[in-house]
Amino acid sequence: MTDVVISGARPYGEGDPVDVLVSDGVIAAIEPKITPPDGAEVIEAGGQVLLPGFVDLHTHLREPGREDAETIATGSAAAALGGYTAVFAMANTDPVADNAVVVEHVRRIGESVGLVDVYPVGAVTVGLEGEQLAELGTMASSRARVRMFSDDGFCVHDPLIMRRALEYSRALDAVIAQHAEEPRLTVGAQAHEGELAARLGLAGWPAAAEEAIVARDCILAQHVGARLHICHVSTKGTVDVLRWAKERGTQVSAEVTPHHLLLTDERLTSYDPVNKVNPPLRTEPDTAALRQALAEGIVDCVATDHAPHAPQDKDVEWQAARPGMLGLQTALSVVVQTMVRPGLLSWRDVARVMSERPAEIGRLADQGRPVAVGEPATLALVDPDREWTVHGDELASIAANTPYEGMTLPGVVTATMLRGRITQLDGKVR
Amino acid sequence: MKHLLTTEGLDRDTATALLDTADELKRTLLGREVRKLPTLRGRTVITMFYENSTRTRVSFELAGKWMSADVVNVSASGSSVGKGESLRDTALTLSAAGADCVIVRHPASGAAQRLAEWLADTPTSVINAGDGMHEHPTQALLDAATLRERLGPLEGRRVVIVGDVLHSRVARSNVHLLTTLGAEVVLVGPPTLVPAALTGWLASRRVRVSFDLDAELPAADAVMMLRVQAERMHGAFFPSAREYSINYGLNAARAALLPEHAVVMHPGPMLRGMEIADSVADAANSVIVEQVRNGVHVRMAVLYHLLAAQTRAGEDA
Repeated sequence: MTDVVISGARPYGEGDPVDVLVSDGVIAAIEPKITPPDGAEVIEAGGQVLLPGFVDLHTHLREPGREDAETIATGSAAAALGGYTAVFAMANTDPVADNAVVVEHVRRIGESVGLVDVYPVGAVTVGLEGEQLAELGTMASSRARVRMFSDDGFCVHDPLIMRRALEYSRALDAVIAQHAEEPRLTVGAQAHEGELAARLGLAGWPAAAEEAIVARDCILAQHVGARLHICHVSTKGTVDVLRWAKERGTQVSAEVTPHHLLLTDERLTSYDPVNKVNPPLRTEPDTAALRQALAEGIVDCVATDHAPHAPQDKDVEWQAARPGMLGLQTALSVVVQTMVRPGLLSWRDVARVMSERPAEIGRLADQGRPVAVGEPATLALVDPDREWTVHGDELASIAANTPYEGMTLPGVVTATMLRGRITQLDGKVR
Repeated sequence: MKHLLTTEGLDRDTATALLDTADELKRTLLGREVRKLPTLRGRTVITMFYENSTRTRVSFELAGKWMSADVVNVSASGSSVGKGESLRDTALTLSAAGADCVIVRHPASGAAQRLAEWLADTPTSVINAGDGMHEHPTQALLDAATLRERLGPLEGRRVVIVGDVLHSRVARSNVHLLTTLGAEVVLVGPPTLVPAALTGWLASRRVRVSFDLDAELPAADAVMMLRVQAERMHGAFFPSAREYSINYGLNAARAALLPEHAVVMHPGPMLRGMEIADSVADAANSVIVEQVRNGVHVRMAVLYHLLAAQTRAGEDA
């Protein structure tokens, strides 16, 4: 592997620019000035911010099943361009990733693409149906080494099944990631239950439907001594429940999506389903509480819930549209906009919420590592000052369903490196 | 004005002009043996109904025909919709086939607005004939026309809307239009069937919520009973049809609480006995049949304003 020198980078955005020598996939030296070895590739960083590569606990790669919206290859490219070096691929594929065969298949394709470490998430229950536990142990001990299980898209709503899943996962050092949505409270739900939904005539998705499940599952996780992860936290009330649970020592972690940090249900007046997502866009007090919770660590990390959808599933009337939006290539910029620029997070904090904590939660030993000599050269280089305008058809995903179309956002990931291999440079995937 | 999608945002002058035209058309046609005006000759109007409807579809069809438009009816069953064609493709197809106006009823809130966006590059107008729980603007216009006819100007009048407000596009369109025309609206129903949040949108208008129908009737100028959909009976919105009827049905004793001048309205179809007593529906102060009659004139007025009133270039709803 060619040596690389990243010249003039600022690790964690701190201190004077330094040169970073990458050799054999490892950070070999960090010095004020390094003379590039013969044949080394030099990346001129010009004072940009150097961070550990990002880890996304919540990605929908759609393969197998919906390759017209995304494939593992195109999703991996989007991830690399977004600064990600590891993604957790959700289990709601077709067929469902509820057995060792499917998770190994996904893992193998991810490896052959090689742009990002693809870790399959296993389903908690067979067929995501919430009735019978999937073979969690077999998936955990398979080549795919599954450490996160989720029925995401659906809530593991039966309290006994959830209890058993949590309990059983203890032997696997795994975490159960819950899509918290009480199904009886969200029958036919189309939008955040509030003034906007009432005005637009859209069936409401009440905050209580999320908060009730989060509270229940925190209590169950505490009771059986298991690890629980809450997917896409979207309400102020959930933040309160998480704070309470963490104070009493529950092993619970939580993620927030970029779109729930930035966007609100005010967008729904257009009825454009590009804004349809589950859980739904909420209100300004919710986004404010989520930003604060992420800054305080009540919410542990940012996860994209990257959800590509083919045009025929989005360019329809609201209630017929699939929920979900692209997220991998815009996540960092949204975090810069909502958290870094307002002073809620430092760059070191960004490393924590986008890399270190998700790697810990997903039990990835070689991701989310410090930018230090001897550590894997798994890195993202970010130009914090540059702005860019989002266009769905210019993103690497096959689908183009970005809610940020036409928006100008700050922060550009100029290079991504996975164990010394440059996976993208200046927006070009390698 | 290119489309009529909502009464939200419809300004007072435009609404009044539509109602005045409807009055004029009604007077013109009154007592005529041949109810046919040449106004829309050569124009093509297509109704696209994705939900069952008797009065609205017939009313639009008659409105078009009485103005000599060519009217084509498309329903979801028996068309390409049954073969899985998307709403967008169906709309583009009908526009390409020469529709000057597409009248759409659809179970999805926002469907008419989406349709108008998909047809933005075409000359085709869109009329919302009811989209999910959102709006039903021509119903509100015909209600306003009926109220004006009976009560005169609506400024300062109080209209009590009773029943399943939460799921009612009729209620939404009426709230917007009636308040725009200066009336006050009281929404009455069990707490499970009125909007949970009364901030912003409703607070900014002269709208109030009440759970007590008896308390609201003595000061009402009109009471509008809404249809209770069958599926609500099984969704735990209220314990039983009997209890609903006891608390929110307009029976004879309750109707007697109304001032003498007040009128009783229902958008239909009615559930006689449960929502409204037989004798009340057919009483002298009931304008339910008049609502249907005015519906045709109001829809003629809407078609006239969209398709004939002025050169449409540069105009937008």
